[in-house]
Amino acid sequence: MNGTDLAAQRFARTAHGARRERAQTFAKWLFGAMALAMVLPLVGIVAYLLYRAWPSLGWEFLVDLPRKGMREGGIWPAFVGTLYLVTISLAVAAPIGVLAAIYLNEYARDNWFNRLINLAVINLAGVPSIVHALFGLGAFVYAARLGFSILAASLTLAIMTLPVIIASTREALASVPRAFREACWNVGATRWQTIRGVVLPNSISGILTGIILQVSRAAGETAPIMFTGAVFYKAVQRGDLFPYRLGDQCMALSMHLYTVSTQVPNVEESIPYATAVVLLVSVLLVNATAIAARVFMRRRKRW
Amino acid sequence: MGGSRRIVEVEDLRLAYGTKEVLHGISFTIDRHEIFAVIGPAQSGKTSLLRCLNRTTDFIPGATVSGVVRVDGDDIRRVRDVFGLRRRVGMVAPLPVGLPMSIYDNVAFAPRCSGMTRKDELDEIVERCLTQAALWDEVKDRLSSLGTALSGGQQQRLTIARALSHQPEILCLDEFSIAIDPVTTMRIEDVLKNLRREITIILVTNLVQQARRLADRTMFLWNGEIVELGSSEIVFSEHPADRRTYDYVNGIFG
Repeated sequence: MNGTDLAAQRFARTAHGARRERAQTFAKWLFGAMALAMVLPLVGIVAYLLYRAWPSLGWEFLVDLPRKGMREGGIWPAFVGTLYLVTISLAVAAPIGVLAAIYLNEYARDNWFNRLINLAVINLAGVPSIVHALFGLGAFVYAARLGFSILAASLTLAIMTLPVIIASTREALASVPRAFREACWNVGATRWQTIRGVVLPNSISGILTGIILQVSRAAGETAPIMFTGAVFYKAVQRGDLFPYRLGDQCMALSMHLYTVSTQVPNVEESIPYATAVVLLVSVLLVNATAIAARVFMRRRKRW
Repeated sequence: MGGSRRIVEVEDLRLAYGTKEVLHGISFTIDRHEIFAVIGPAQSGKTSLLRCLNRTTDFIPGATVSGVVRVDGDDIRRVRDVFGLRRRVGMVAPLPVGLPMSIYDNVAFAPRCSGMTRKDELDEIVERCLTQAALWDEVKDRLSSLGTALSGGQQQRLTIARALSHQPEILCLDEFSIAIDPVTTMRIEDVLKNLRREITIILVTNLVQQARRLADRTMFLWNGEIVELGSSEIVFSEHPADRRTYDYVNGIFG
């Protein structure tokens, strides 16, 4: 037997090897199919929505006011209302959430008090939005005397998103290896210098992603704002970007979608679908921005 | 301050993580400009001992320290500026950690943290420390590239450069050679021999030969207790004071 034969024999397919290969192929296709199965509903939803919404879609639909008791016209007041609510709620929740998360992750010692805070954050994240709505009604509308207003509704949304922002920020911070922190402490850096110099630059993309994902949640919730400041109809100037004041009530896309689909008879068929498309596209746009920001910042990530 | 021959004095130092005591009341002193080696098997408390010296035990939840550690005469439990203490006691961790920033920033990090901002001063420090750590020639043309992109051995020398950047009086090296090759190890050992003119070096090592090559005195730590402490000639001789030292050094242990 010469050397080539020996080698051929050594690398020949065994029964065990073939079995392993089959299992490997099977697993690859199975998992791939599952991943694909996840994409299908998304594509289906978007396609169906677009198809049904087509007659109404257009610039006019976005900037026009609802007419004839919502049966015709556009959705401008609701669109701007949602912009207001989301922007203000995140402007409140993001700084508080990020700073709280930095405290909890970087400064807090492991004692019963901080464990209690931790537990509270986790549980708060699991509270249904309707309960947040009731809390907002009691706390902001009545107790704080804000009345049914954009401010009260935004604060309610902020309370709702806060725990999730804290959790996602902590996760982003915790993904920075402890060795980096120790290296900084060993050269005499304070905790803050460590956070600013090493921890934040390497977790900022994760932090931002966590915040921006909350945009879609805040924009989509109906219950919290229905109880605290969103109304059925509110007349504003067509195309006006700043029609509301903080103390006003406002319309919102999620609420509008609910009313035109269930509360008003004889609505033009495509209007609810077009409203849903606007909501969906706005959220997708924001998420796309988040992804772009993440890609940009990950390019600067350094390990 | 300053004049005393002893730069580190440790009296009855005990360290416990939770209820588990890892250092059982150890006492020793280290002289100025000495290379002081600490040898001992894993889990014997070597790294914990170093952590006590620069008070990074503060960062370990549940760690309790008792006893007295004096650095240059100052009881470190009483120093107000613990960050200043950590600048006086440089520390090199066993695994190389290049911070995720440029090579230049890695070395300039500590001076910047202590408030230095002038470019020319920083430039001078970066060059001096990288040269001392035997890394300058390899990286001088790419100071702005990432510290984390360097090879393991280079990152370890970067770590040493960073530890030198705040001009410590004492440099603690915790098994600095486990991640680097023997040639680089020898180069760093030469660096250490030069550095001792300026600073005191505490060398924790698993390499008995390394301690024998470098150290003036060697301490054999085992299970949180000092088995033997003496000049390296005696510790590594045929007749150290304790039989266990001979067994450990010659690989008969256990």
